[in-house]
Amino acid sequence: MSAVPILDRAEAEARCLAAWRDAPGLWGFLTTVDHKRIAGRYVCTTMALLFMAGVLALDMRLQLAFPGMHRMGAQGYNEAFTLHGSTMLFLVSVPVMEAMAMWLVPLMLGQRNMAFPRLNAFSYWTYLGGVLMLWVPHALNVTPDLGWFQYPPLSGPGYAPGHRTDVWAQMITFTEVAALSVSVNTAVTILRMRPLGMTLAKMPLFLWAMLVASVMTILALPAVMLVTSMLIADRLVATHFFDPVAGGDVVLFQHLFWFFGHPEVYIIFVPALGFVAQIVETFSRRRVFGYIPVVLSLLTIAVLAFGLWVHHMFAVGLPKLGASFYTAASMAIALPTGLQIYCWIATLWGGRPRLTTPLLWVIGFIATFVIGGLSGVMTASAPLDLQLTDTYFIVAHLHYVLIGGALFPLFGAFCYWFPKATGRLLSERWGKVSFWLVFGGFNLGFFPMHFLGLMGMPRRIYTYGHEMGWQPLNVVALAGSVIAVGGGLIFVANACFSFKRGAPSGPNPWEASTLEWACASPPPPYNFTHSPVVDSLTPLWPPPQVLPVVTGLSLDEREVLVTSVVDAQPVHRQASAKPSIWPLVSALAVSATFVGSIFTPWALVWGTLPVAAALTAWFWPHRRLTPGARRLLGKAT
Amino acid sequence: MNALPDLTPVGDVAELPDAAMGPRGLIWWGTFGFMLIEGAGFVLAGGSLLYLWAQAPQWPPVGAPPPALGFGLAFTVLILLSALPNIWLQKRARACDLPASRLGLVVMGLLGVALMGLRGYELAHLNIRWSANAYGSLIWLMMILHTSHVLTDLIDTLVIAVWSFTHEPGRPQFADISDNAGYWSFVVLTWPPIFLLVYGLPRWS
Repeated sequence: MSAVPILDRAEAEARCLAAWRDAPGLWGFLTTVDHKRIAGRYVCTTMALLFMAGVLALDMRLQLAFPGMHRMGAQGYNEAFTLHGSTMLFLVSVPVMEAMAMWLVPLMLGQRNMAFPRLNAFSYWTYLGGVLMLWVPHALNVTPDLGWFQYPPLSGPGYAPGHRTDVWAQMITFTEVAALSVSVNTAVTILRMRPLGMTLAKMPLFLWAMLVASVMTILALPAVMLVTSMLIADRLVATHFFDPVAGGDVVLFQHLFWFFGHPEVYIIFVPALGFVAQIVETFSRRRVFGYIPVVLSLLTIAVLAFGLWVHHMFAVGLPKLGASFYTAASMAIALPTGLQIYCWIATLWGGRPRLTTPLLWVIGFIATFVIGGLSGVMTASAPLDLQLTDTYFIVAHLHYVLIGGALFPLFGAFCYWFPKATGRLLSERWGKVSFWLVFGGFNLGFFPMHFLGLMGMPRRIYTYGHEMGWQPLNVVALAGSVIAVGGGLIFVANACFSFKRGAPSGPNPWEASTLEWACASPPPPYNFTHSPVVDSLTPLWPPPQVLPVVTGLSLDEREVLVTSVVDAQPVHRQASAKPSIWPLVSALAVSATFVGSIFTPWALVWGTLPVAAALTAWFWPHRRLTPGARRLLGKAT
Repeated sequence: MNALPDLTPVGDVAELPDAAMGPRGLIWWGTFGFMLIEGAGFVLAGGSLLYLWAQAPQWPPVGAPPPALGFGLAFTVLILLSALPNIWLQKRARACDLPASRLGLVVMGLLGVALMGLRGYELAHLNIRWSANAYGSLIWLMMILHTSHVLTDLIDTLVIAVWSFTHEPGRPQFADISDNAGYWSFVVLTWPPIFLLVYGLPRWS
């Protein structure tokens, strides 16, 4: 037998559990900094919102299925598509990808938590503030009604009185603060908290994808925060950023919005590529084909994504040279994306694929995303875009890209990591049923929209006349949507049932290769008692009898290992933040400031005090007082 | 097969320090991330100003004199000079020198208060209201953005100063002092381009 020393796992687990477990009950719920608990509530919130946005979508499909329908008026329809789009883009797609990263990144790094645990908690509470910012006013009939991008002058003080636009703009501030917090946390965790041996060249592709998406978020989201703040200022304190009469320019809004808006698509899509990489590798039972080209293509996408925003503005009337440049750039991004698709196909081709539910979702992704990508290449051409813009062709394209390109891999990721999160297996049979219903229903629902667009059906109309001839395809779209939503409900039911009754999964049911499968399912609060050491891209292939680890990190205190950026060499130990109520209090103070600033600019001034006080309490280091301070406070020395 | 592998020790990290200074430390990277976010905001706000400037027939518009230069120059000189004690403080903090760090924090706190005072005079002498026209809106946008950063670092410096006089810091807290000084360097470096946009562009257009 092997003579290697074996650590006493039971004792280490007991000591780590004492150091890392949360307080019981409500206090523990409010103060937790466990990345898994916070990510879990992030995911649950996004799924509840996905359901509500889906109901809105069905409602709109029903409205449009037949001509001359008046069950929903123009105002109601405007509110429905605004709420649907804003919820899906700002409250579901970006947050859910970040939540998945928050849950997975430390586990995949063999770490006990993320770099800044309290920042995660703050992020979730602030995000929840954004959710309430949009949906509570909706309940009070103050629903934004100008679409998910609210162009001035329509959204300016002259044409949009009341607070509908302010609600939308400030919801964005909430969600972007939350997203930026997670992004900094994710990027720093990946760069500085990799286990020994996991050099940049041995980093799983999901981590590369999340690193790229996080840096993109850091550079793109300030644009939308800036532009919505400028819009609020135009409405609240009579600035003139977008007022042409006073030297402003409405097109400036569009530039700033889409400087964020196009990278946003890739901020949603790139994490999905990370899911695809891990799923394809595991179920092909071989390493991903073309690791280096895939990494390079992720980096290329990140760069090119910042040079495309103007293709959303071809109809504005830009100089021809500019339009040609952005046409070329928009087409160029198909190359790195296509290269990755070929790498996934080559991996499947050269492996021994197991056609489980997660892989089915990935195959569904490849088929659907290729269609969405091709319609994207079509609309990248400025002359064609001028014909197709604001028609149902664009509705079809964006849903093929976002649902096929991001949500299908996300659903695959749910199926793939469900056993790790819950310790139980999903039903494969019902998983496949839900996949085929969603995949089939989606394509049935959205493919006809390409034709509707070519037939001239515009976006954002609440009804149409018989003579337009759009009814048959709209009925098909309704049928497809109903089928897809049915599939989604089966997916959720499968998850709920399996959560209670599913077969136990064990730590590594898929025989996967990355480190998250080397801890228990579900992972304990501390994830790993000891930091693993890796020497390859696939440390669990072949399955090791013993896992090499480093000792020396405290088992009795919350402590994590910090390593160097490129080589993952050990640098220092870092105390990891304990549970705290102050992130929640800070988020409440920030929320009060944001909500108040819709009504008065003084809210920003007075809000500074509680925000500063809460942040001070959050970061206040608890160390021994100096003798002088002890005397002053009357404490014994 | 589907069971957790045993763990075997291949190294020990118990002797590693409990903090590292500057870019070797973890917190520095978080601060750097937020500097990137805020830096992107500055660049985009400056880009917006240049975008509207390029379209404007006159900058500033008729009837609006450029911002008064005196207080702006005084602020610029003082903030650039503040870099010297700030760099000294950063070095002493990295050396875990408590008396020097306390002195540096007091000096930087006083400089921050003086700069906020000067900034108040600057804002009073911009010679345009934010609500007058797009030029005024952009001038105020740039100034408010930078002022919020000066104020943030001032509050941070004052809190750390009070803490350092009442507590016995360890290496992680010295690293915090060093990172706070690093953030001030960011606030200093962002000012010259904003100064040129706010004070220079109206004079050269």
